[in-house]
Amino acid sequence: MSRPKGTIVGIGELKPQRLTQGVTTLEMIAEVSRLAVLDAGLEPAAIDGLLVGPQVGETPQHVPATIAEYLGLAPTMANVVDLGGASGAGMVWRAAAAIEAGMCETVLCVLANNREETAPRSPNRNPIREFDVPFGASGANISYALLMQAHMAAYGSTARDFALIAAAARANAQLNPDAIFFGKPADVEAVLASPMIASPLHLLEIVMPVAGGEAVVVTSAERGRSLRKPVHLLGAGEKVTHRAVSQAPSLTSGPLKSAMARAFQQSGTRADEMDLLSLYDCYTIMVAATIEDAGLCAPGRFGAWLNDHDLSHKGDKPLNTHGGQLGFGQPDLAGGMTHVVEAVRQLRGEAGGRQIGKAGLALVTGNGATMSEATALVLGAA
Amino acid sequence: MSVGLNTLKTPGPTITALTKPFWDAAAEGRLKIQHCEDCTRAVFYPRPICPHCWSKRLAWKDASGRGRLASFSEVHKPGHPGWLPAAPYVVGLVELAEGPTILSFILPGTRPLQVGDMLLLAPTAIGGRVLPAFKPVEPRAEEKPQ
Ligand SMILES: [Zn+2]
Repeated sequence: MSRPKGTIVGIGELKPQRLTQGVTTLEMIAEVSRLAVLDAGLEPAAIDGLLVGPQVGETPQHVPATIAEYLGLAPTMANVVDLGGASGAGMVWRAAAAIEAGMCETVLCVLANNREETAPRSPNRNPIREFDVPFGASGANISYALLMQAHMAAYGSTARDFALIAAAARANAQLNPDAIFFGKPADVEAVLASPMIASPLHLLEIVMPVAGGEAVVVTSAERGRSLRKPVHLLGAGEKVTHRAVSQAPSLTSGPLKSAMARAFQQSGTRADEMDLLSLYDCYTIMVAATIEDAGLCAPGRFGAWLNDHDLSHKGDKPLNTHGGQLGFGQPDLAGGMTHVVEAVRQLRGEAGGRQIGKAGLALVTGNGATMSEATALVLGAA
Repeated sequence: MSVGLNTLKTPGPTITALTKPFWDAAAEGRLKIQHCEDCTRAVFYPRPICPHCWSKRLAWKDASGRGRLASFSEVHKPGHPGWLPAAPYVVGLVELAEGPTILSFILPGTRPLQVGDMLLLAPTAIGGRVLPAFKPVEPRAEEKPQ
């Protein structure tokens, strides 16, 4: 089966912060891009491809040109990847595909966001704004609460089952000094005791929005071989099905199911062979649905699966060893990229005190909107 | 809900010429949705082409107003400040008898809500306009088991 071949040779990450003051997104993009290119051992002039995210409130249009100019780059391939939390993973295979197509050789994929105390609300005009907002459904919390309630009704999954996911993320975050919840563990009881935001969703089952930035450098498989510790893209899959939760084809299974199936098919791997699960976790329900959609357990059985496995770096199923976004914080669109960056760290054997044992294969997922935009990657150690 | 819904300062719909028939009907307490005259499927939200077959032959028809609760959430921390005085309130996904799913405001019934509950259209003034809200179908007294 044909697949986009590429190699991740550089990673950069900014420590998440609750708020920033007087710092632009562009400045943060420059900082994190520099880290990724330095990590790759490359000169900036080697970057001839640029993938960036949308910049609501700062640069509504011409984002690639604005960033290229700011960084002094003149890429021969430049684009915006606008897949919400799937943007980071979506950039990686797009970079590889552009390289294979001969349009460029080394691509900088970068996402960052500042977070000011008073961010302006963006004026929207789309179906969600017209048909959901007037009924009292603004924001992602309610949409994911609806998905969670549907799962509970369909399968009898419990609040405790979901809380296990948040507690495991917090536990893993205790080994990541950069995580926003480092030094702040929360067990299942604490998750269940946290305020109800939109039933059945508790506060601690929701990511904390933070400022931050993440970047990776993707190059050709050939060039990657000459650089330090390349991590190979072995397979990728993507699917986009809807935007509003009312238009979802299913409330208990998402497009990641087919995206992951394609990534496994391209890489000739299976879900149960993964040494690291780096699963997008904006809410606990997202991890639950992904475990089931990956085929790691039968639909509706994620709670039993969680009880049967140890999700820590020492466990049999390491999951989100950086703490996930539930433990690390969600730097907006860059939040999805944290799952790529952590997988590269683990596959290089550079995760320090949280290094997993065998580190050959990692599954990375990205998810955007309401379980709507899905990208899956299978990454392999050199 | 501790306040009159109609006094809320909540954001209204962003109506376009295309969607106006839906909102005009809503203001009169009706639920009007599009039906495709080629593939015969019902369509929500309104579009210029059928999302199933891309036909442009879409006709507006009154919906039955019957639906099934596919999921719901009691909202304690609304995403928009205009809804704060109404919290907690319930929103739900209503699978219309005609096929499409609509997100709506769910009025309280006499029993706790459950996924799968049958619902009826219950036009309700919210934030200064009548919206197609829904309410649970209450068990009728004469339907008591013998
Ligand atoms: Zn049609």
